[in-house]
Amino acid sequence: MLPRDLKPEQFAVYPLEARKLVTDYLGTLKKLPLSFVPGLLRELIDYDFKFPAEQTAHERELAKVGSLSNDQRKEWFHEFEEINVSAQLEAFDWVKFPAQFVEQLSAHLWSTHQLDAFRTASNDYAERLRVAVPPQPPPFPRLGITVIGKGVASYDDPLFRKLRPHGAYFTRVNPENGLRLLLDAAAARAQKHPAPYGHWYIDGGEEADHAAELTTVSYRALEPARAALLGRIQTELARPGMGPEALRTVLAQLRPWDLGVGAKNHGTAGDEVLERFDIKLLTEGSGTQIFSTIFAQWAAREALRRAQPLTLLVRFAPRQRQRPMNELITAVAPGPELDPVGSLVDADMGAYYNWLNQQRLPGAEQSSFLVWFEGHNRALVIGPSMPRGTESTSAADLGQLLAWAA
Amino acid sequence: MIDASQNRSGIRGDSVRDGATVARTRRDFLRSAAGVALGSTLRRASWARATASSAKRKVVVVTFGGGARDQETFALEGQENIPHMMRELIPQATFFTQVVNRGILGHYVATASLATGVYETINNFASLPPQSPTVFEYFRKDLKRPSSDAWVVAPSNGFNRIGESSHRSYGPGLGARVILPKHLLTAATSGRRDDYQHLLRDNYEAPFYAPELAGSEFELQQLEMILKLSVNDFKAHAQTLSSPDELSVYIAHRLMQQVAPSLLWITMHDIDIAHAGAYSLYVDGIRRTDRLCSDLWKAIESEPEYAGKTTLFILPDFGRDSDDDAGGNGFQHHRTGDALSRTTWMLVAGPGIRQGVALDRPTESTDLVPTLGAMLGFSPSLAQGKPIEELL
Repeated sequence: MLPRDLKPEQFAVYPLEARKLVTDYLGTLKKLPLSFVPGLLRELIDYDFKFPAEQTAHERELAKVGSLSNDQRKEWFHEFEEINVSAQLEAFDWVKFPAQFVEQLSAHLWSTHQLDAFRTASNDYAERLRVAVPPQPPPFPRLGITVIGKGVASYDDPLFRKLRPHGAYFTRVNPENGLRLLLDAAAARAQKHPAPYGHWYIDGGEEADHAAELTTVSYRALEPARAALLGRIQTELARPGMGPEALRTVLAQLRPWDLGVGAKNHGTAGDEVLERFDIKLLTEGSGTQIFSTIFAQWAAREALRRAQPLTLLVRFAPRQRQRPMNELITAVAPGPELDPVGSLVDADMGAYYNWLNQQRLPGAEQSSFLVWFEGHNRALVIGPSMPRGTESTSAADLGQLLAWAA
Repeated sequence: MIDASQNRSGIRGDSVRDGATVARTRRDFLRSAAGVALGSTLRRASWARATASSAKRKVVVVTFGGGARDQETFALEGQENIPHMMRELIPQATFFTQVVNRGILGHYVATASLATGVYETINNFASLPPQSPTVFEYFRKDLKRPSSDAWVVAPSNGFNRIGESSHRSYGPGLGARVILPKHLLTAATSGRRDDYQHLLRDNYEAPFYAPELAGSEFELQQLEMILKLSVNDFKAHAQTLSSPDELSVYIAHRLMQQVAPSLLWITMHDIDIAHAGAYSLYVDGIRRTDRLCSDLWKAIESEPEYAGKTTLFILPDFGRDSDDDAGGNGFQHHRTGDALSRTTWMLVAGPGIRQGVALDRPTESTDLVPTLGAMLGFSPSLAQGKPIEELL
C-alpha cells in the first residue's frame, strides 16, 4: 500500500488523540512518499503518550508540511521520493505497525546501499523544518546538573577533561550537604516555574528524598521491571527461530503493564506518559538493562530529546562489574559486585554527553551546566557568564557555583 | 543497524565530518606524536623484492570487530590508550588514514566483506556463510594450498562460517579452518565454566543472542593433534588470561608455532563492549587490543617460520558514531552511518613495507583481498576492490 491509498478507518487502532491528529492531516500524508510516512506515523501513533514538547513539535511539523505548496512539497521530499522501497515493504501493514516497518526499512536501506541517500534526505528535511519552524526557546534558561562518582573514596586522575574547555573548573568546592543543596535548587526552580515534565531528577541508583514537583526516574525503582524484562528476554530467546531482530520487535511492543510498571513506581496517579518513557528506556536502550551508568546517561539523553526539560539533575551511581552477558541477564542479582571507579569514568563521559545533548536544545547559549564529583571538592561550571577553559582555586559551595552559572 | 527515523529527533548535530577530514585529522595526530611522514601515493613499496619467494610469504590479518574512535586512540587525548601502536607499530608501518567501508556496518557482515572483497549483504546475525568467495578460497584454490595453510581465529560463535563461502565455484572444502577459542574453552571445560566466565563473554552487538553453531568448527580432539596442547594445559593457561581476545591471541600464537599457516586471520572483539554503554570498559578494550597487537607483532618477529617474511595487516572493520551526530549516542554504537562510523584506518608492516609513512588517499575495505591476492599470487576474480599499489 502507498500513502495515497490511506483511509481514515485504517487508523481505528490508534489511540484517540493520535487518530484525530492523523486523520486531520490525512490529505497531507497521502501526498508524501512511502519512505517518509511510516517514520512519521511511528511517532504519531504514540502521540497520546508523548511529552508536551513533543506534541507541540509534531503539531507544528504537520501544520508546516500541510501548508506546503505542490512545488515546495516536491522540493522538500524529492530525496525521499528517490529512495527505492521494495514491494515486500510496500505490502507491509505500515499503518498498523509503523515501528516494525521502520526497522525493516533500515535493513533494506543498508542492504541496498541507500543508507547514505536516506541519511542525506533526513538531514535535509530536518534542516528545512528547523528553518521553517524554528524551535521555541525555553521560557527561562535551562540548567543541567550532573553528579558523578558516588561511592568513590578517592580518585586522583583528571576529571571533566572534555568539559573543561567550555567552562570553569573549581578545585576547592565545599562538598558538605552538596546533593541536598542541588536537589533543593532543582526543586526551587520547579516551584518557581512550574511546567509539566519541565523539571527532572534521574538517579542511576536509589533516588534521594526530593520534591514532588520533580519528574523522577531511577534505576532502583525500575528494578522489578528490569527483572521482568530479563525474564521475558530469556523466555523469548528459547523460542525456535528467535533472533535479535525478532527479539527487538517483541521488546518494542511491550507496554508498562507487561512488565509490572504502574503508578506506584512514581508515586503518581497513573502517569502513563512517564511509565511508557520508563519502559522504553529498558526496551529500546542498549545496556540500560544491566549497567546503571548507561541507564542514567540514556535516560538523560531521552529526557532532553523528548521532554526538553528546563531543569535536569542526573546522579550517577556505581554499576555492577562486567560479567558475561548471559550471566548478566540471568537475573537481577541481589547485591552484585560493584565497580565504583569504572562507573566514575563512565559517568565522567556521561556528564559530557548530558551537556552535549542539552546544548542541542533551543536556548543553548543561555543554558548553564554544573558537574560535581560527589562528596569531593572538584566541580565544573559552564554558563553564559563563566570564563571558558579556566581553573579556579577559590573556595565555594555548590550554591555559589549555581549562582555564578546563571 | 540504524534506526531509519533517527534524524526525526528534532535535535541537530553540530557538524558532520567527511571521510577526508577524518583522514587528515588522523594523519596530523600521527605526524605530531609518532613522527610519521606524509606518504606519496606514487611511490611503491619494495615488498616483492624484499620478501622470499611467494611460496614462503606469509600474511597475518588482524581485524577488530568494533572500531575505536580517534578521540580514544589517535587524537592527542587518546594516545595514552594506544602506547604500543604509537611507539612500536606505527613507526614501522605504512598507515592508511582513510579506509572507507561503504557496506553494512554490522560486525559479521563487515568482516565477511573484508574477507571477500565484496560488500556482503548476508544477515549480520545469522549463522550464514559469505555469498562471495573468501580470500581463503582464492588462496587455496589458485595456489593449491592445503587446508592447514589458511586459518581463522575468531571470538564469537557467529563467525564460525567466515572461513568459506556459499559460492558454487568455491565453497565447501576450499575454505579456511576456523577456530572459535571460546567455543573450544566451553568444550574443554565440559560446561563447568565458573572459572572461565571472563573469557566467554558474548557478542556485544546483539548481546542477548548468539546463533547456534553450524559448519566445520574446530573440534576439541584436534586441540592435542594440531595445537599440541592438552585440555588441562589449555584450561590452565586460560585461567591466566583476562579476556576473549587474549584467548584468541594465545590460540593464534599456538597455531603459528605448531602449524605455521601462510594465511592467518584473527578477528578481535573486546572493544565492542562499547555497545553496553560503559565507557570505561570500552577504553579498557582499546588498551588491551593495543597490547595484543603488539604481542602479535612480537610473535611474528620471533617465530622462525614468520620472521622476516610476514606482512601484518591491522584494521578495524569500521568505526563508531561520532559525538557530533545527534542520531547516535557517541561511542556506544555504529548506527548512524556517519563519516566517522564508515571511515577507519589500516596499518601494514613487514618486509618491504615503507616505514613511518601515512597515506591519506581513500581506500576501501574491499581493497584488502585484491591486495592480498597481488602479494601472495592468487586472483580474487570476483572481488570488487583494487590492489593497493603503495603496498606492492
